[in-house]
Amino acid sequence: MFEAVFFYLFSLFAIVSGVGVVTMRNPIASALSLVICFFFLAADYALLGAHFVAVIQILVYAGAIMVLFIFVIMLLNLRHGDHLTFNDIGPRGVVGMATAGLFAIGLFTALGQLPETLPAPVGAEYGTIAMIGRALFEGPYLLPFETVSALLTVAVVGAVVLAKKEI
Amino acid sequence: MESVGLIPVLAVSAVLFVTGIAGVLTRKNALIVFMSVELMLNAVNLSFVAFARQFGTVDGMIYAVFVMAVAAAEAAVGLALVILLFRNRMTVKLDDLDIMKG
Repeated sequence: MFEAVFFYLFSLFAIVSGVGVVTMRNPIASALSLVICFFFLAADYALLGAHFVAVIQILVYAGAIMVLFIFVIMLLNLRHGDHLTFNDIGPRGVVGMATAGLFAIGLFTALGQLPETLPAPVGAEYGTIAMIGRALFEGPYLLPFETVSALLTVAVVGAVVLAKKEI
Repeated sequence: MESVGLIPVLAVSAVLFVTGIAGVLTRKNALIVFMSVELMLNAVNLSFVAFARQFGTVDGMIYAVFVMAVAAAEAAVGLALVILLFRNRMTVKLDDLDIMKG
């Protein structure tokens, strides 16, 4: 009972701050709204039993990635964003909103056809670091895990090569 | 979370994903478009975690962790591109970037 109440509360806040990301004028306000959205999504993950993913969400997303975003926004000193007012939203905005609406209709139609089934019972170990670690290092995900480490190295080297003035 | 079930979680995920699509298609600031993409990635992560809980397996959570790693790589390269763009053109408005227009 309490789980359901908390889930709907956290999800409502996540959706409100997610809409804030898209509608805020100031990029900094957008970024902070996104951080709030990530925190509430982490709370949802914890309610769903994915404790490790919830912690990683706060550490990596709300911590590392959003600090990078805010750092870049402040570095570029973008005081005046694109002033999104609903008077000058333009044909492009109308087409964008219409496409998003069509996508929403498609998603919710598909969702309406799902059968309501009860979730599988899980033990106390579900979602812990031990369970994820065993799947990553002993299970079938060892090769993808190592590939991701190569991907991150390539991304770091690429970012330095792109952003540096002279190598 | 037996009291909520799968479908409300997927509905929240769908709403967040559609919000991200609207942001990508309507905003002109490259940084806000980037943030909307991150929002879409997070919506998909919520679906992954919800399905993992539904089936009681670990696979969905592993995919969510991989998505976060890819998002970190994407943010690093993308923000480097934005900095490069700002240095060369003094703007991050996507409407001003029509050099490839035929």
